[in-house]
Amino acid sequence: MMATVLKQRKLLILVIAFALVFPFLIPNNYYLHMMTISFIWMIAVYGLNLFAGYTGYLSLAHAGFFAIGAYTLAILTVKAGLHFWLAFFLSCFISCLIGLLVGLVALRTKEHFFAIYTLCVGYIIYLLIDKWDSLTGGVRGFIGIPAPANIGPLSFQTPVSQYYLVLFFLLLVVFVMYRIIYSLTGRTYIAIRNSEDLALTIGISTMKNKLTSFVLSVFFTSLAGALYASFIRFLGPDIGYISVMFDFLTYLIVGGIGTMAGPVVGTLLITFLSQQLQFLQDYRMLIFGPVLTLLVIFYPQGIVGGVIRWKAKRVEKSGNPQVRTMPATNRFVISRHSENKKQVKEG
Amino acid sequence: MELLIQQLLNGLTVGSVYSLVALGLTLVYGILHIPNFAHGALYMMGGYVTLTMMNQAGLPYWLAILISMIAIGLLGVLMERFVFYPLRDAPPLHDKIAAIGILLFLEAFAQFVWGADYQTMSTPYGNVVTVLGLTLTMQRVLIIVSTIVIMILLYFFLKKTFIGASIIAMSQNREGANLVGINTNKVAMMTFMISGSLAALAASLASPINLVFPGMGHLVILKAFVIIILGGMGSIPGAIIGGYILGFSESLGATYISNDYKDIIAFVILVIILTVKPTGLFAKEGQ
Repeated sequence: MMATVLKQRKLLILVIAFALVFPFLIPNNYYLHMMTISFIWMIAVYGLNLFAGYTGYLSLAHAGFFAIGAYTLAILTVKAGLHFWLAFFLSCFISCLIGLLVGLVALRTKEHFFAIYTLCVGYIIYLLIDKWDSLTGGVRGFIGIPAPANIGPLSFQTPVSQYYLVLFFLLLVVFVMYRIIYSLTGRTYIAIRNSEDLALTIGISTMKNKLTSFVLSVFFTSLAGALYASFIRFLGPDIGYISVMFDFLTYLIVGGIGTMAGPVVGTLLITFLSQQLQFLQDYRMLIFGPVLTLLVIFYPQGIVGGVIRWKAKRVEKSGNPQVRTMPATNRFVISRHSENKKQVKEG
Repeated sequence: MELLIQQLLNGLTVGSVYSLVALGLTLVYGILHIPNFAHGALYMMGGYVTLTMMNQAGLPYWLAILISMIAIGLLGVLMERFVFYPLRDAPPLHDKIAAIGILLFLEAFAQFVWGADYQTMSTPYGNVVTVLGLTLTMQRVLIIVSTIVIMILLYFFLKKTFIGASIIAMSQNREGANLVGINTNKVAMMTFMISGSLAALAASLASPINLVFPGMGHLVILKAFVIIILGGMGSIPGAIIGGYILGFSESLGATYISNDYKDIIAFVILVIILTVKPTGLFAKEGQ
């Protein structure tokens, strides 16, 4: 047990250390920009992962909430002239409030209905941003969003400092996600995902838990939106469009839905591949579309899930009694996988 | 008054197209319980195939539509065989994501092959006719009439032929249909064939009025989802009625409320319906 935990911790420390020294390792503004942007996507994808991966509901409105977070920050700083960090806090708060209202209604629906409902909610958000010229600037976009204000002696004007700011938020989100998933609350979400009826039977208030999970996931996504607004400093209605939603989903599925490392792996890999295949820019979905479909058929838990499964198989083969010593999550991932096979679709 | 009637006619045209798309979607949902997010991409592909057949191969309009219907129908069958069939026992989340994958691929594919530009489809029925003091293009009449013809044909197919009856049987009770010896694989393929053909037909009929572009399926599929929730998931008459209701409310809303926000009407209707009744209107009991 200790060995695997130590190994995982070592890997984690290595990854964080790499992220910390990255700006000095590769002092190239372009790559720094790419990394910062992918960190922002990761935060948003973590939000999606909490709800779709751990609670089992596919919300297609998250690009909308991303846009709400971004536009709220823009409106509060530029139009209302609030202090940046106050606006930052408020934009997350307001997004959560909207998320709460949407969740209260949307979560009464299930499965397909929920997906379709949230798809429509996402589209309404996009249309509102697109048409509400006086507030959002409509198709012309929203310009002049300020960069993050100084906190005491810390200033966030340079790309490197912005990189660290975003990295700080990413680590915070990962830490909070970790604490949630490995707590009783996280287990409750997973129970709801595996069988909502069963969860209800053993006395879990599914509605309450789904709602908190949804609002939390909206919080993460809108936080990413607010960071995006302050980093890019220009907004167009397109950030709320369905294609952004599908991008999030691709990152999540490729990395591994319902895994802790999935969002990081998926986002980095796809951003990197997109860079390499830049000549394909508009056609990248020619590759990622089929990849998405094939992954769902053959590796429903993406790359991270695939690696965990492969490791587990190897341990099993070697007849090592260490099977039990795997960290609890991995065990859970595997048991869930076999459960999936058993779970025959209704109808 | 004249404006009202003109708008009602518009609603009838738009509603016909919506109904055709929603019919395909609801058939697939009835059989496989999959919300096929890729249906809008089939619609878009249908438009492009018809356009290519007319422009490149120089075929007449109707022949091009026929070829497009067959091609998109086969595309639907391929989807069923290679994607939805292997996923039949997977959790419902996976179907949706797989369908989204197909949607993304087909859109990128269309953009790759035909470009991102908006293209117009010419029609031999562009002339204007005057009926009872109302002016409308022949194309609109064509849409309304051929939709009705197709619906009648579909009705007889489902009610009077064996394959049609087995589709109905399977949508009513999958295990039961299996027990009495219906080949569920064949029925599923058949359903996807019909669903794809209907999408292609709808796109080919609507394209001369609208335009052909890679994103043309987005709004249509969203609205089709609204329609089948309105009419009951899997219900065939529901899809037809729902389609016309949405068509009318949109064309009236565009005239009397706001043209800018006309696309929002559908979604507001949906949000209201699901808010009041989370399982959709006319949901089957025990689902």
